[in-house]
Amino acid sequence: MVWVNDVIQGILIGGLYALFACGLSLMFGVMKVINLAHGDLAIIGGYIAVGVIAVTHIPVLWSFVIVVPLMAVLGYVLQRTVIQAALDRSILTTLLVTFGLSVVIENALLEFVNANSHSLGVNDAIITSSFSIGSQISIAYLLLLIFVVAVVVLTGLQYFLSRSRYGRMIRAVADDREAAQLSGIDYRHVFGIAAAIAFATVALGGIAYGMYSQFSPTTGTDTILLFAFAAVVIGGLGSLWGTLVGGVVLGVSQAIGAQISGSDEFLAGYIVFLAVLVLRPQGLIARRGTA
Amino acid sequence: MSEPADRAPKQDEPILEVRELTVHHGQLRALDHISLRVFPGEVYAIIGANGAGKSTLLRTIAGLHQPTEGSIRYDGQDVTRIRPERRAISGIVMVPEGRRLFGSLTVEENLQVGATYARKGPWTIERVYELFSWMKDRRAQRTEQLSGGEQQAVAIGRALVANPRVLMLDELSLGLAPVVVQRIYGMLPQILATGLTVLLVEQDVSQALRVASHLQCLLEGRTTLQGTPSEVTPEQVEVAYFGLRSPGGPGGTEGGEPPVSGVGLGGVVPSEEAR
Repeated sequence: MVWVNDVIQGILIGGLYALFACGLSLMFGVMKVINLAHGDLAIIGGYIAVGVIAVTHIPVLWSFVIVVPLMAVLGYVLQRTVIQAALDRSILTTLLVTFGLSVVIENALLEFVNANSHSLGVNDAIITSSFSIGSQISIAYLLLLIFVVAVVVLTGLQYFLSRSRYGRMIRAVADDREAAQLSGIDYRHVFGIAAAIAFATVALGGIAYGMYSQFSPTTGTDTILLFAFAAVVIGGLGSLWGTLVGGVVLGVSQAIGAQISGSDEFLAGYIVFLAVLVLRPQGLIARRGTA
Repeated sequence: MSEPADRAPKQDEPILEVRELTVHHGQLRALDHISLRVFPGEVYAIIGANGAGKSTLLRTIAGLHQPTEGSIRYDGQDVTRIRPERRAISGIVMVPEGRRLFGSLTVEENLQVGATYARKGPWTIERVYELFSWMKDRRAQRTEQLSGGEQQAVAIGRALVANPRVLMLDELSLGLAPVVVQRIYGMLPQILATGLTVLLVEQDVSQALRVASHLQCLLEGRTTLQGTPSEVTPEQVEVAYFGLRSPGGPGGTEGGEPPVSGVGLGGVVPSEEAR
């Protein structure tokens, strides 16, 4: 029964990892940008939530109403300025630029917020309470909620990409940017929209992480970015649902690793990550289109 | 923007005018002071061998390359520095070489993308389905699953639904069986009947001669011959196309227009090769 509990916990935490990963995957799928600042952006989302809650006293669960649009705007602006300028030079330049962005964000946070850990809504009942199934399985409401949010986000994103006019434009630009221009589409604007979506999802991930655990200025690179990468690679680059599969596989391996030995939690996750890279480099869910 | 009401060839004002266009690919001069004037309702064909600069010319008119010299005027406006997507929206639409469909999208989605910023006009997705009768039944298929000729038809449809005023066709025949090429060019009269102007690039000279109202031959980035298909002789085309200098024959790579009556079309083309 202990193992069943591990698997369930792993699956649920996979939802959080999917929230980290889907924006990374989207930005790579659409504009071939590997955003090394992705984890730091999640942390920025977390800090904005801390500030918003301190000022407005809205319940922590509702902080996303302010944080997510703010991050989406930030995503659009950053894409249209810094990242697009890098893209105009070369794809490799975007790696340097997003790495630089990551360093800048981390140090700015250390400078202006300090290095202490923060978390969100520690005293809320929703965050601390859980329910039990039998004697061995205990499920935290928060983890269940995060998993549901992840599924809703992915479903919504999938629907948006496959059905809406903008979603169609995003897929067209991802396929062939020049041909899209010939159809009158300003691909830079479409890139901005895609970045806005990516930033919005990772902001949700940042808020969720802040409620689940605690974060400091370095959490973005030393935890979130790595998990996001692992989830994307395991699931399959460019596949949206792959990020959930990847997140779940990562979560389950970590949970099982922790059960074997407390210090092996992350090691187990990375071993699976490596195994997938070696045995099935295209990921568990092979890419079909960009969606 | 109003629709072009009539399409009588050789009206006073060209709908598209290229003046002294020079384009470089790095060090290489791909186009060397090329000029052309396309009038409403025309089928203006640009022929030439591989590497003559034909595709570069169309891509520059579409805005995908920036010229180092010269200008492009469309509908009386200078569009030389306008971004490609703005040109497309204003009515210069290109069917690119190699079709360049959105491979992960369905046939219908490709057409919908083409219609995203469509001008007002006669072409709709339904109308394209009427033009290519097989297409409607297969509209939910990905374009990757179509044959080359079918893909070319979708690419044409994607351009048509934008309701272009100037439709540019880049090497429609590339990689297609002759019978398929015939069929696609056979659609041209129906397309022209809706009042648009066609500027096409073609390696297949006989095909171009069949459909064109005006012909311009490029060789190594320069104009070597132009006129109406009835004005030029096969020998002239051969010389202009391959750059052979037959003794006593007209034309040649450097010589500008061959001194044959009628070919110059006095006044239609401003000083060629002026440098």
